Amino acid sequence: MIDVNTLIGSYPFREVPHPDPDALVRVLDREGIDGAWVGHLPSAFHRDPTAGNASLYKALAPYAGRLRPVPAIRPDWPHWLGALAAAREQGAPAVRAYPPQWGLAPGGGASTSLREFAVATGEIGLALLLTVRFEDLRQRHPMDSVGDVTGATVRALARAGESVRLVVTAASRELIEEVHWGLTPAEQRRVFWDISWVWGPPEDHLSKLFRTVGSKRFVFGSQWPLRLMQTPTANLDLLGDDVADSSLADARDICSAA
Amino acid sequence: MSARTAGVPLGGGGPLVDVHAHFHHARTGRSDWAEVNEARFRAGDRIGITYHVASILGTWGFSSPTYFPSPDDIALGNDAMLDLCAREPDRARMFTTVNPNYTEHACAEIERCRARGAIGIKLLASRRADDALLDPIAALAAEHRLPMLHHIWQHRTREWPSQEISDGADLARLADRHPRASFILAHIGGGGDYAHTFAAVRDVPNIFPDLSGSGVDRGMLDAAVDALGAERLLWGSDLTMCTGLAKLRALDVMGLSRDEIEAIRWKNAARLFRPGSFPRCERSSAGIDAARDSLAGARA
Repeated sequence: MIDVNTLIGSYPFREVPHPDPDALVRVLDREGIDGAWVGHLPSAFHRDPTAGNASLYKALAPYAGRLRPVPAIRPDWPHWLGALAAAREQGAPAVRAYPPQWGLAPGGGASTSLREFAVATGEIGLALLLTVRFEDLRQRHPMDSVGDVTGATVRALARAGESVRLVVTAASRELIEEVHWGLTPAEQRRVFWDISWVWGPPEDHLSKLFRTVGSKRFVFGSQWPLRLMQTPTANLDLLGDDVADSSLADARDICSAA
Repeated sequence: MSARTAGVPLGGGGPLVDVHAHFHHARTGRSDWAEVNEARFRAGDRIGITYHVASILGTWGFSSPTYFPSPDDIALGNDAMLDLCAREPDRARMFTTVNPNYTEHACAEIERCRARGAIGIKLLASRRADDALLDPIAALAAEHRLPMLHHIWQHRTREWPSQEISDGADLARLADRHPRASFILAHIGGGGDYAHTFAAVRDVPNIFPDLSGSGVDRGMLDAAVDALGAERLLWGSDLTMCTGLAKLRALDVMGLSRDEIEAIRWKNAARLFRPGSFPRCERSSAGIDAARDSLAGARA
């Protein structure tokens, strides 16, 4: 099992304990998780993520067998194609983009540059990883006011081209259903969802989604270090009997680079 | 994919009291109400919950707002909760839900349900926690040793629609006025800034936060223990039992002692509620202690 949604580095709005690769590897060991895709948390809030990507590659180098970098790339920044090629060379299975934080979701949709980026990313075999939210809306710092990734943004990216592969993290049931049933079957197959923010019993949103959308559209993700890595595992352990033996998508199924 | 093992609770062995649970009934406007209730019991059995201490919030918005339930809807919900407890005497305990804007009705409901076995009082967000209208309710709570579970927004920075929210500081003012009453501060993971709550209630010893809510921020549980100590915390799940299970597993790896974990799992609840509220916990704990003593004796 691979956790596709982990990060290292500090968070601007609260103290996060031990957000470093050492701690991550210990937690993976404890939870029985084979490896992780790792982003650089501060980069989401930087204008230019280039320096953060360099830090990410350097920090993860000693853990190359276990932790894979997922750098952040701004498609409205000069030389983003070079950054994408560098990500591929560094062994990244995916790249991260933050449409609300970077102003790439005008009117709640997706900018032209973001759609072109999604296509280009897919064409070199990488997935594009989106973060619906970092924190619950109700606890956000007054400066953290950009809002969540919308269903319209995800749909626009899923429709951008056949090569696109999206991993949408930190979505809840409503967003997943809105997007999934708003896409053609071919477009649906371009989108994978992590389970970090989906509710379990008694409402049983995860079980319901497995029955309707299908478990193969979901991947394991925790949003560590912001959230407990025990959460997605607990959710899987509490699945309804009829879906208890369902299999998540293997991270390697997402795209060729994974 | 599942890591279920027959006979071994997912949340670990030993008694476990969920101090923040909810159920539904036929007039809450959803056709799957019985299925949701059953899902709570089923998940509770898997996790290892010994008792669900639960409430029903009127009609959950169907015929009056969830957080401003009418007296009729409150009585309806309380009746359904009484019936459920009668059907599930070994698994369910009851908070009497009240709306303090109807003080006489609230006090009458507390007496009516207490006489039929309710062990606590549930306050929603119908009136700010420090409002004088809550005083007669808190006085009854103290008189009859009925802990009051109060819905809380962690750090109230603005008004939110559909509820008159309170935060830790609001509840602290009520608790200061009623030092003989016990207050359960709802869901530190249920939205808002829990760090504000810990500071607001740190010096108010009759407030006991529960850990429930969908929020599973890393550092939240550690900060709660650091600020308040394990003896002030209660385990609960509210609407997301998966996050409740995750927190149980996190408690196990935080470096807490066995006594501290047991306190959070059930002993603090047993101390707050009337003696005899959780007999299966007492029996189970006695059995575990005896087995442990026997093992220690054999090793010696």
